[in-house]
Amino acid sequence: MERSRRSFLKIAGLTALGVCAKPVADVWAASAEHGASPQGRFVVGDKALTAKHWAMVIDTRQFESAEDLEPIIEVCHKVHNVPNLTVERHEIKWIWEEEFEHAFPMKENRYLNERVKDLPFLVLCNHCENPPCVRACPTKATFKRASDGVVLMDFHRCIGCRFCMAACPYGARSFNFRDPRPFIAEVTTEFPTRMKGVVEKCNFCAERLAVGKMPACVEVSNGALAFGDLDDPASDVRQLLKENFTIRRKQSLGTEPSVYYIV
Amino acid sequence: MLELALKGDKKYYGLVTILAAIVGVGTGFYLWQLQFGLGITGMSRDVTWGFYIAQFTFLVGVAASAVMLVLPYYLHDYKAFGKITILGEFLAVSSVTMCILFIFVDLGQPMRVLNVILYPTPNSMLFWDMIVLNGYLFLNIVIGWKVLEAERYGVPPPKWAKLLIYISIPWAVSIHTVTAFLYCGLPGRGFWLTAILAPRFLSSAFAAGPSLLILLCLLLRKVTNFDAGTKPIQTLSKIVTYAIIINVFFFLCEVFVAAYSQIPEHTAHLTYLFFGLHGHGALVPWMWTSMGLMLTAILLLLIPAARQNETILAVACLFVFAGTWIDKGMGMIAGGFVPNPMHHVNEYIPTLPEVLISIGVWAAGFLVLTLLFKIAIGVKQEAAGA
Repeated sequence: MERSRRSFLKIAGLTALGVCAKPVADVWAASAEHGASPQGRFVVGDKALTAKHWAMVIDTRQFESAEDLEPIIEVCHKVHNVPNLTVERHEIKWIWEEEFEHAFPMKENRYLNERVKDLPFLVLCNHCENPPCVRACPTKATFKRASDGVVLMDFHRCIGCRFCMAACPYGARSFNFRDPRPFIAEVTTEFPTRMKGVVEKCNFCAERLAVGKMPACVEVSNGALAFGDLDDPASDVRQLLKENFTIRRKQSLGTEPSVYYIV
Repeated sequence: MLELALKGDKKYYGLVTILAAIVGVGTGFYLWQLQFGLGITGMSRDVTWGFYIAQFTFLVGVAASAVMLVLPYYLHDYKAFGKITILGEFLAVSSVTMCILFIFVDLGQPMRVLNVILYPTPNSMLFWDMIVLNGYLFLNIVIGWKVLEAERYGVPPPKWAKLLIYISIPWAVSIHTVTAFLYCGLPGRGFWLTAILAPRFLSSAFAAGPSLLILLCLLLRKVTNFDAGTKPIQTLSKIVTYAIIINVFFFLCEVFVAAYSQIPEHTAHLTYLFFGLHGHGALVPWMWTSMGLMLTAILLLLIPAARQNETILAVACLFVFAGTWIDKGMGMIAGGFVPNPMHHVNEYIPTLPEVLISIGVWAAGFLVLTLLFKIAIGVKQEAAGA
């Protein structure tokens, strides 16, 4: 009896292992061979805005107070179905304001220019050239798009381990600590809502770029936010960078942020 | 051998029932978390890992510490450990089980956990952690089982088991190294950004694990007729002594680097933990308690007469375990997140459901431990009786 039960369990175990291993091996083989999903392929639309390296320049001289930033933050959160959660712990934000000393820690001086001292700074995902969040993600749910350098999230692949949030040195990522849908005042159908348990962040309006629109924040900024191709010497952003002294957040970490600030 | 876990007296079944009941309570609260989301915990946008990941980190250490028995016994033929090496291996099995459960309850979308295998990502340390933890679990189950089975039938363990044993030695080091690499490779987290993090993890592991094992041996002597003997317990106590001293030494090295360089991104976290920052100091009493416990334990363990007195030794081991648990199980993770990368201070305090789920996981681990120890002791009693 002992012997036969034992061999039965062994065979059953091996069979189960084989059944499980097959689909995994298939997926690995498929990803090695084609690198693309077997269901179809992506085509860039006719109207899509394209660039080799999307970057943003924020001209903080054009802002005076928090009121100037409000419409920018509002439009972003509206078009991306960012919920308005009242418990601070559960807060979700893609773009928000910080004081200079918090936006640029280690750059603050005790005696700061008065304008800068009181000025709220817009902060968002920096779409780093060398993103630590992408390095940390165990499922490639967050990735840097090879075509234009935008750091994106696949909300359906994210397992919610929050490693990316620990890795991000800019606090740019938010986690859905609960179902966000009841807290969206008015759902925008052009962009998906999220479910509980996944991470999200600014996506440089990839969904708008795909249909030929500039990022929502840039559109409502009255020219204070410039967006363009960093690799194109003739682009707006390159012109601004040429003519103005700019700083980036935590440059010493080697992440190479794509968001520049004119102070 | 599994049948040995089914034959026990009332006390044994009572313990199993109590542990199972605690697991049940934890599971109930986990179902609530599954339904609501991780919002029922104290974690926040700023402190994104809390009690669960801290327990995971601590328990990886307890699991790795089995090597402190396996290495002397199998590499140096230190016979005194012959009786208790199996206990160390089974402690590792139950600890890794808890580690995996703690990772699981920490996931926002646990039903997608297989994505880690479906989309393997070697640049993520979590991918490697999955491999080393599961590998270590497998190694210890197979090794423990085969060695025990051989003992039961009075034959030497198979040759291939010996090979697995040798593999398990560096593997034990790897599980805690990779776990440290989860934290110490992150830019902008000054508290963890230290090359000494993996050595620190290992030293606290080799203090906490063996001290728990000493306590378990003393307990087993009381409640069963299994006596580990004086010699192995005394050898373990020396291992604990060295390890806890090295652990405190490593910590002081960290303190020196931060305090003497005075780089704010490094000092801020230690200041927060030990003195509070901008009026926030929830962990301050805990951290000083931890330091007090570890230093007292060192004092007790260093005096040979005190160490040889098993009552004092038990107290010292309790202090080591509690001290390292607070340091790693509470301070290490929350301390790395406060202040946040923008130098805001948002504290973390675990919530009741979070703590109850954690207790449920601990109970699950101790349930596994109880069953495995029952089997191991059953086999040893059979062998002794025969």
